[in-house]
Amino acid sequence: MMKLVLDNEERMVRDSAELFLTDTAGPSLLREVRDSGNPLGYAEPLWQQMIDLGWPGILVPEEFDGLGFSQVAMGQIMEQAGMSLASSPLFSTAVLGATALTFAGNQQQKTEFLPKIAAGDLTFALAVDETARHNADHIRTVANKTDQGYSLTGSKCFVVNGQSADMLIVAARTSGSDTDKNGISLFIIASESAGIESVTTSMMDSRPVATIHLKNVHADESQRLGALDQGGATLAHLLTVANVHLTAELLGISGECFKRTLAYLKDRKQFGVAIGSFQALQHRAALLWVEIELCKSGVIKALRALDAEDKDAALLASAIKVKACKTAELATNEAIQMHGGIGMTDAFDVGFFIKRARVAQMLFGDCRYHLNKFAEYSGY
Amino acid sequence: MQDDTAFRQETRTWLAANCPASMRSYMPVGETCSGGRHFQFISDDQKVWMQRMAERGWTAPTWPTEYGGGGLTKQHAKILHDELNAITARSPLTSMGLSMIGPALLEFGSEELKQQHLPAIVRGDIRWCQGYSEPNAGSDLAGLQAKAEDRGDHFIVNGQKVWTTYADKADWMFCLVRTDLNSAKHSGISLVLFDMTTPGVSARPILLISGSSPFCETFLDDVRVEKNQVVGDINAGWSIAKYLLTHEREMIGGIGSTTAQKTVGARAIDAVGLREGRLADEILRGEVADWEIDFMSHQLTTERVRDESTSSSLGNASAMLKLYGTELNKRRCELLLALEGLDAMRWDESSEARLWLRSKGNSIEGGTSEIQLNIIAKRILGLG
Ligand SMILES: Cc1cc2nc3c(=O)[nH]c(=O)nc-3n(C[C@H](O)[C@H](O)[C@H](O)COP(=O)(O)OP(=O)(O)OC[C@H]3O[C@@H](n4cnc5c(N)ncnc54)[C@H](O)[C@@H]3O)c2cc1C
Repeated sequence: MMKLVLDNEERMVRDSAELFLTDTAGPSLLREVRDSGNPLGYAEPLWQQMIDLGWPGILVPEEFDGLGFSQVAMGQIMEQAGMSLASSPLFSTAVLGATALTFAGNQQQKTEFLPKIAAGDLTFALAVDETARHNADHIRTVANKTDQGYSLTGSKCFVVNGQSADMLIVAARTSGSDTDKNGISLFIIASESAGIESVTTSMMDSRPVATIHLKNVHADESQRLGALDQGGATLAHLLTVANVHLTAELLGISGECFKRTLAYLKDRKQFGVAIGSFQALQHRAALLWVEIELCKSGVIKALRALDAEDKDAALLASAIKVKACKTAELATNEAIQMHGGIGMTDAFDVGFFIKRARVAQMLFGDCRYHLNKFAEYSGY
Repeated sequence: MQDDTAFRQETRTWLAANCPASMRSYMPVGETCSGGRHFQFISDDQKVWMQRMAERGWTAPTWPTEYGGGGLTKQHAKILHDELNAITARSPLTSMGLSMIGPALLEFGSEELKQQHLPAIVRGDIRWCQGYSEPNAGSDLAGLQAKAEDRGDHFIVNGQKVWTTYADKADWMFCLVRTDLNSAKHSGISLVLFDMTTPGVSARPILLISGSSPFCETFLDDVRVEKNQVVGDINAGWSIAKYLLTHEREMIGGIGSTTAQKTVGARAIDAVGLREGRLADEILRGEVADWEIDFMSHQLTTERVRDESTSSSLGNASAMLKLYGTELNKRRCELLLALEGLDAMRWDESSEARLWLRSKGNSIEGGTSEIQLNIIAKRILGLG
């Protein structure tokens, strides 16, 4: 039976992530990254320490020099990263890159890339979106067959860590029309390849993303990840994994906003009493707590479903993305509202949480997108 | 009294001749005309538009003509408003003078104060800021501690204000101070006016989550305030302060609708597109329609409440309009963010995200949503 509690190994990962990130990351670090105009969007020493802790290898199987831990374990780190607003290439490399290769890579690709991911020697980014609102079925970037392999042309936007990653996983069309589900293939492309132009865009969460223009970019047959025209299934799996981990991060953000707000309700006095003594606020705090509890259950369930290769994983991912988005929206809005004027100031950290939350909500489909998906999976 | 049709026709003709073409467009963020000694007009058109409207008193359409106002009846003011909207005219002047201290002066000010301040507000010469909130007096406004010591013909004011919107750009402040330290909390408060260049006044901008700094911490150190600059009676400021708040709340309640703007529905079509005549995302389609209906309901309620009102203030009904209007504007901004997706979350100057972040303050400024609910529950419903 899959239990909805952490096992020993997962708890250990959680505890060490909490200890490390509380100490090392936190909103103040992200503030520093923002104010220094750091184009990477993360502090390199933080990433180096994550590497030292072995985090990039969490999902990499042991035979490829990784730790071979569970998705649940990785989810614990993502949740803590949400609480501490830790910005790093972890999500795009250790979650998306590692999953893509483990799931769809051939032996040669796994041998070449997975140990390097685990060692923190190589970073990845997933270049899939072509629209500001996620639509995985809309892929216009083409990979035309040539004598030597493929030639890729098109544009990808809002690529997370796209400006700093060493390698890109690019979804491109090898057959069919713009919105066909079939006919998509994935390619592993070095970001330095000829024909790639990357433009950095500043985002409100202080984590820049890249627009990546590909013009006749060459890819060998050996760079194709998974079967020709069959990339759609891999992509769907990758997006499921991505969304589940984003919900873990959103859960962390919600939890942290709640914790800070609760402390303020006890501390701030108006009308001669703590504002937390007003029933109007008590009930809203109680309701928010309930929502976060519900969210927690969904997140661990979805993570376990990934580990179990459950056929319902995609449905669960969409369900919990909806829940996590709504909870994060509530938690961040309530955090500002219940802090009053001070909640609106940049000096106060809650702004960093709400900005990150909305971006994480929108990435790879917001609650509306996943409501539609959920209804689709459910047959109505 | 001129009849409505004639007034409408005359207004339309005048606007056609006098509203510059560039002032007949949706107003981008940051292009509000606030007036004041140091105001930088974005264009000659903006200046001309403000001046022409001010000459007719139409920056303050219902104020008496003797104080520079338009002297219009409520009905004619409504016609003017409709005609301005019909050509998507920008507001010629938006200020706390017009929406807050002006109405309070009209109701409670001495003749001398009215003559001194009202025409300058109508003309956009003087920009005002509001010194109400303090670090320990937010929702509990009557807990304010700034104190004014009686020195015969003047007061010496000491204290700290916070969240003072545009204190760094304003020319004058209307400010709540404690003039009697020994009386009960709500007594002993006075509303006083002073020039921001008075020695001892200093304002330090506070950076907002939206990345701009509209509000300030304001320090008052031995600030001299003449006694003739007290609005109404000394120690009777609390009820005047509350009267002023009803006007502030009415103004903030209209936050999503004061300037002509594209409807959410139209923006949804631009951003998401239509599929067989329906918005391409079913869920968003429902949310947009739901918002538009609530918006319409709020507009109609504002209109009805104004039509019903026989006094110079909407009173407790302003709590309803403020509550609902600000929650609506926050929803609107969340919807626009959702419609435009990651595009709206880019961090550049004109980013939709900045407006969205700023909107979070709507349900805090001018009395929080919780305080509005308390007012409705207590004063309208008689609970507690
Ligand atoms: C953008 C912006 C502009 C502003 N501009 C000005 C200005 O120009 N001049 C000025 O004087 N002030 C201004 N303010 C200040 C504003 O009026 C106060 O922030 C507001 O009144 C709330 O006070 P506070 O910030 O101290 O919050 P608090 O009063 O500490 O409130 C914290 C939370 O407790 C809740 N709460 C408090 N009491 C109760 C209760 N009895 N029942 C239920 N809930 C309660 C509040 O609703 C809020 O959610 C501005 C604020 C903002 C955000």
